Amino acid sequence: MSEISTLSLSEVRARLADKSVSATEATESALARITATEPKVRALLSVQADEARALAKSLDAAGPDPAKPLWGVPLVIKDVLAVKDAPTTCASKMLENFRPVYDATAVAKLKAAGAVLLGKANMDEFAMGSTTENSAYFATKNPWDLSRVPGGSSGGSAASVAACQAYGALGTDTGGSIRLPASFCGIVGLKPTYGRVSRFGMVAFGSSLDQIGPMTRTAEDAARILQVIAGPDGRDSTSVDAPVPDYVGALAERGDLKGLTIGLPAEYWDEGLSPEVAEACSAAVKKAEELGATTKRVNLKLSQYAIAVYYIIATAEASSNLARFDGVRYGYRAKNVESLMDMYVRSRTEGFGDEVQRRIILGTYVLSSGYYDAYYRKAAQVRRLIRQDFEAALSECDVLLGAVCPTTAFKVGAMTSDPLQMYLMDIFTISTNLAGLPGMSLPVGLGRESGMPVGLQITGRAFDEARMLQLAAVLEKNVPATGRPLV
Amino acid sequence: MKISSEEVAKVARLSRLDLTQEKTEQYAAQLGDILGYMDKLAELDTTDVEPLYTPVGQVSVMRDDVVKKDYAREDILKNAPETDGAFFIVPRIV
Repeated sequence: MSEISTLSLSEVRARLADKSVSATEATESALARITATEPKVRALLSVQADEARALAKSLDAAGPDPAKPLWGVPLVIKDVLAVKDAPTTCASKMLENFRPVYDATAVAKLKAAGAVLLGKANMDEFAMGSTTENSAYFATKNPWDLSRVPGGSSGGSAASVAACQAYGALGTDTGGSIRLPASFCGIVGLKPTYGRVSRFGMVAFGSSLDQIGPMTRTAEDAARILQVIAGPDGRDSTSVDAPVPDYVGALAERGDLKGLTIGLPAEYWDEGLSPEVAEACSAAVKKAEELGATTKRVNLKLSQYAIAVYYIIATAEASSNLARFDGVRYGYRAKNVESLMDMYVRSRTEGFGDEVQRRIILGTYVLSSGYYDAYYRKAAQVRRLIRQDFEAALSECDVLLGAVCPTTAFKVGAMTSDPLQMYLMDIFTISTNLAGLPGMSLPVGLGRESGMPVGLQITGRAFDEARMLQLAAVLEKNVPATGRPLV
Repeated sequence: MKISSEEVAKVARLSRLDLTQEKTEQYAAQLGDILGYMDKLAELDTTDVEPLYTPVGQVSVMRDDVVKKDYAREDILKNAPETDGAFFIVPRIV
């Protein structure tokens, strides 16, 4: 492994700026790392090597630009985000040949900041899944142990960054899809507040839940990407026109955790955690106390209802969003169709995978006449109560801490037969999406039993990502080092 | 919560999906489990609770209604399964 590829984003950025590393060297070392590890990890659905090399060459010709905060930094993008003229498949046969004519806003902002985009990362089809086994093309493996899943749905992004193929990635998170794979692969993943980052150019799954966020090897790296992608956008009416703080600058303001009040939700700590996850997360909380934080027990009493609420709202929104795939304007169209209806039905049946079809049917069911009030409206009411629960807890605490997932990464194939069992893995992450709050996964060491990374979840107040990043940056220097996988 | 194969088949039709008999029965069993799990929401009294459909307060952000040409027709048509160079082509409707 070349020394350059194992640097953090912040480190390589500094070397690019002082010209001790050229954009071409950074890009070539990342591409070499992709060549070496992809046969085992399979994190990427497509690699745009020629385009990346050409861009790096032109960046080098012009020289480092201090106005471009990610000048020459190689990144990968989850394949649910539109990258102009590059394949954007959502890991679905439905979009196998789709090439967007525009960039997602977050992607356009990365390009404008000087980033070099290397490729598109694998995922569960249309972001529906928690293991990246639901890709229509191939399953991604966890670089720490190839017999285990990387988590999902942004599993390709997480595995790629963990394997040092890139310095960072964009993922998306509808119910934990950034935080779970970040936790399983031992990297930092941040789901911003709903409205913080424009969703324009993200193929929609659950429109009231989806957010785009950074996946990186350090908290400072996450701050640097968030700094670039955050902010309002005329093309997404749900992006919020709130000032974007200086996330990177905020990190320098804190060396300890004095004055910080941390809430520990009883529902997240008292039962259900595997012993190794409880041990690593508790040790991190203890460390936070040593660094000056105050902890207090809080309650999120409605947590037990969150999965039911989530899978009603998310599937309802998905069934509506995925109605656009009809074989007319883009995407897969079945061959030899006899009528318009035949074209719709066969294109969708042949183009969508099993889990996507199951969720469309569930979503259509909960929205259908006679069930709408019992399921969809009821879920939306409980959603408000869940948000009030969080608001109450966060009125007496600055942040909440818990585990991202009850276990470390499990074996490939362990969860594929029972969808309900799979949905229950999202127990700690989905409430954050329902409430619209920011959530983050921070590696806090390796599990004693499995030897796999454990992720601590930081939940913050709306638009308070700066404080979460500060906590993460202080804590990551004081917990046992997670290290890097040997893949 | 039990859901019949007939109900699944009906919802599949509404969703423009065509399921095999085997898949219909498999989904009926799985959706029955999932909906059974969701029925626990009925325990909660939500009388007078306003539904929360989106976490952001802002609705209907307004902008000036001006024509902007962002994309060329031929670029948009490149992704279409079938076109005549000017329009999307679909099976005959009338």
